[in-house]
Amino acid sequence: MVLAFAFGIVCRLIKSELAIPRDLYTSLSIYLLFALGLKGGVELSHSEWKELFLPAIATIVIGCITPISSYLTLRHLGRFSIADAAGIAAHYGSVSAVTFIATEKFVLANLGEGSVAPFMPTLLTLLEIPGIQIALAIGVLGLAKSNASKETAPGTPDSVSSRRSMGAIWHELLTARSMVLLVGGMVIGIIVGYDGFASVKPFFDKGEWMFKGALTLFLLEMGLVAGSRLSDLRRAGIFLIIFGIVMPIIHGALGVYLGSLAGLDAGSCTVLGAMAASASYIAAPPAVRMTLPEANPTFYLTAALAITFPFNLLFGIPLYFRMALAIGGT
Amino acid sequence: MNTHNLTLLVIVAEALLKDRLIHSIREAGAKGFTVTEVAGEGSRQRRVGELLGDNIKIEVIVNREIADRVLVVLQKDYFPHFAVIAYLSEVQVVREEKYV
Repeated sequence: MVLAFAFGIVCRLIKSELAIPRDLYTSLSIYLLFALGLKGGVELSHSEWKELFLPAIATIVIGCITPISSYLTLRHLGRFSIADAAGIAAHYGSVSAVTFIATEKFVLANLGEGSVAPFMPTLLTLLEIPGIQIALAIGVLGLAKSNASKETAPGTPDSVSSRRSMGAIWHELLTARSMVLLVGGMVIGIIVGYDGFASVKPFFDKGEWMFKGALTLFLLEMGLVAGSRLSDLRRAGIFLIIFGIVMPIIHGALGVYLGSLAGLDAGSCTVLGAMAASASYIAAPPAVRMTLPEANPTFYLTAALAITFPFNLLFGIPLYFRMALAIGGT
Repeated sequence: MNTHNLTLLVIVAEALLKDRLIHSIREAGAKGFTVTEVAGEGSRQRRVGELLGDNIKIEVIVNREIADRVLVVLQKDYFPHFAVIAYLSEVQVVREEKYV
């Protein structure tokens, strides 16, 4: 399946006219997210809630640390502007659902059925939002402070006064497509349980051909998008390229470590590590664009899509898997 | 046919801004509008990208006063950081009361 991603990049490199229609891309992402939520809910309906407690805490801790570590690194080592650093940090603080699915597949292929805790999709939804929120808050507050100290000259647009309220941002993130689909799917899954799910299993189950095929097509599209971003790598600069590789490794190690502290098995630790390491490209880009328009989209889209996503897919996931085995999660 | 002169305000912007722009236009006093999906490139050379959608074109027919109000909002909140253009032209309409 990784080959589909690579194929997408190649298509762009040879300047093929191949393009996945935007509506298909949207449909595929709706399908994948909903299936993910549904299956997660079905599994949840049969698991103990208290098992979930410590891993959930670990996930929220990760969601709080990763945007801050990303921001500080970008701002102080990378010398990025406040808006750019916060914009990129929002992406690295959030999580990529496709990386999640790919990691789960990888672990299941290596350790067999049942090696990933059934509540992992719940953790995915927990990790989705805090990172974006924290990074946006850092950005908005940072810009307000620097504007105040600069005493904005008359005539320059005062972007702070037009800044959207935190309430509006919360509403937007909580009702964003990815969030609604995951949570909605989960609630339905919990309600219908295994029996209800059986009737739609061939269509929605992650192990079935339909899901795998859709994921493959989606990866092809991701490859196409990443491929068209490759030319931006030069503009992004060497620091961002290094950041897009080193930061996931650090966050991945953190995720694996916290996962084992929370009592997760090696398979689930790997998934949590990959979640911490991944950078969002469904929920984060519109949120950042709307709230921190000063941030250059080239930086965050290129870093998340053309650097970190392929890195995780090819090298990151096996690496977090090794880490998890070495640390020997319980 | 009896026609009246009104102002056609056209805004081309990144699709993400659709809801916000419509809100601003309504607030300025416009009664209706038309939105179409469009594609193109401008002085910023490239769109924000595949993931954030294409551009939209919003057409509003209003009187000059409302058009100016919208332009002021655009100038303050949108032009500095977003890919947005706007232009005015004069149009003839029937049933003036539908628009203002």
